[in-house]
Amino acid sequence: MLRVAIAEDSVLLREGLTRLLAEAGHEVVAAATDAEALMRAVEACTPDVCVIDVRMPPTFTDEGLRAALVIRDRWPDTGVLVLSQWVEERYAIELISGSPHGVGYLLKDRVADVSEFLDALRRVAEGGSALDPEVVAQLLARSRSPLSVLTSREREVLALMAEGRSNSAIAETMVVSGGAVGKHINSIFSKLGLVSDEHGHRRVLAVLHYLNGVTS
Amino acid sequence: MYFVRDLVSPRTWLAFIHHFIGVCVGALVVWIVVPGLVIGALGLPVAMIGLPILGATLRFTDWFARAERTRFAVTLGEQIPAWPAGTRSGYRLRLVPRLTKLSERATWREVLYAVARGPLSAAAAFVSLGVWAIGLIMVMLPLFDWSLPGGGFHVDGRALHESKAVLVAVAGVLVLLAAPQVTRGLAVADTMLARRLLGPPSSLAARVAELELSRERVVDAAETERRRIERDLHDGAQQRLVALAMELGRAKARFGDDIDAARDLVDSAHAQAKAALTELRDLVRGVHPPVLTDRGLDAALSGLAARSPIPVDVHVDMPVRPKPLIEAVAYFVVAEALTNVAKHSRASQAKVVVEGHGYPGVLAIMISDDGVGGADPQGAGLSGLASRVSGVDGRLTVESPYGGPTIIAAELPC
Repeated sequence: MLRVAIAEDSVLLREGLTRLLAEAGHEVVAAATDAEALMRAVEACTPDVCVIDVRMPPTFTDEGLRAALVIRDRWPDTGVLVLSQWVEERYAIELISGSPHGVGYLLKDRVADVSEFLDALRRVAEGGSALDPEVVAQLLARSRSPLSVLTSREREVLALMAEGRSNSAIAETMVVSGGAVGKHINSIFSKLGLVSDEHGHRRVLAVLHYLNGVTS
Repeated sequence: MYFVRDLVSPRTWLAFIHHFIGVCVGALVVWIVVPGLVIGALGLPVAMIGLPILGATLRFTDWFARAERTRFAVTLGEQIPAWPAGTRSGYRLRLVPRLTKLSERATWREVLYAVARGPLSAAAAFVSLGVWAIGLIMVMLPLFDWSLPGGGFHVDGRALHESKAVLVAVAGVLVLLAAPQVTRGLAVADTMLARRLLGPPSSLAARVAELELSRERVVDAAETERRRIERDLHDGAQQRLVALAMELGRAKARFGDDIDAARDLVDSAHAQAKAALTELRDLVRGVHPPVLTDRGLDAALSGLAARSPIPVDVHVDMPVRPKPLIEAVAYFVVAEALTNVAKHSRASQAKVVVEGHGYPGVLAIMISDDGVGGADPQGAGLSGLASRVSGVDGRLTVESPYGGPTIIAAELPC
């Protein structure tokens, strides 16, 4: 069970999220309507993870994003999962620059796939990361590095790694064995010249760093 | 023939009337304007009296300028362009001229016009009338000569030779034929003078015409865009939502007897809902991406390039963020150009360069690809782009020879 704080200005979505999380057995400790209220809630009850909408009052631009950065700074143990109607590579880079630990950035639509959403939420709460496939696609497309050395299968694995998934999750998604995934990952790391003994979150960092020069 | 017809042409006689009306109005106006200015100027030390009098006089010359424009239109069919709305300064409390009004050249040109109207028209009327009169007299000379008793007309005690009288009459015909041209020529000169004194400088008039054209094109472009959005909403998200509601309705009906079928229907509805969201998102992104407002052109173009099916190299170099409107147009140009590249060019890569020089300055945008070329600047997409660009006083050039490469360049003021 996770203790979750929500910041979302639309009543419909706030109520929906609250219900969805409660049905999944999580506890919603706060449901804020703007960034200020969210900060106060985090201060008061230190949740495991915050689910934050990017656009909130008063300016409806990127309040949620800024709040997420502040929370990451001041309460490093609280994960932040930012939801947005649009995902932009630039926002993703701002969020994960520093470190991709306990950070998630997903399209709002992903909430509709409840189990995947809950999985991403759990990863972020545990200090992992969850990047939207669309952002990862943007990062891959923009990568100045020679990704052409990878096979299409390896690129698929790279994308899933960048999304922040574990080996077993990757194996499940691609319908292959865990050993096969491990082999792909080794091959990717050696082809791209990355240090291959990195695991878990540090591995995500290495991949993202490689893809877009995200500063670590 | 041409000259003979001019003798009776309404245009000639309207020009003639124009000169005479000019004399009458001129004579009246001068008695209002000159005393008004003199008393106003003398009263200036006592501002409470002088300024309103000056103001009333200037209002009168304003009004007179308008009336004269109408008169030129009616009698000569000549349009004297008026000053575009908002380019002239006005009055405080209706009668006190603003300082800028007093320092405006146009104000004093109108005053000069009002004062000069009488004398100028008088001169024109005098010359016109004179030519006609002399011509008529010369033509009539043989008749006059013949009608006189005692051998006809005598000059210095000698009778006028008949052949000379005929010669004079022939010359008179020539003078008469020339008279309409003189009358009209003076009217043309009068029009030119009025244009100079009452109308805005020709560069401004040209600019107004250009703006009117570009405004029309911008309105057209906006209307086309609205129709496109309406169509996209109607064909896309709206249809999907209808299908979604329908499937949910069917699922509801099935829940009682066939739970498996109901589950399938809910699955399908779920997929429809997600597809509708994706379509709406793409639509909004095409209209105005939020990241453009939040983070500027660089971030928005990066996202655009990343979503392009063809590798796009983006290079943005701007010391200062341009105005939101310019950013929006710049984004639109790149988005539309990249859409074209993806659709038609068969290119393997494209390049976007955006450079801003100084502030205020020029934002230069260049989109190039290594495709097959042959883009039509008159086509719907590119001409729409040109309209959007000209709407902000920018310039769009399209270079796309058959066989490529295609280079689309835009310069926007910022």
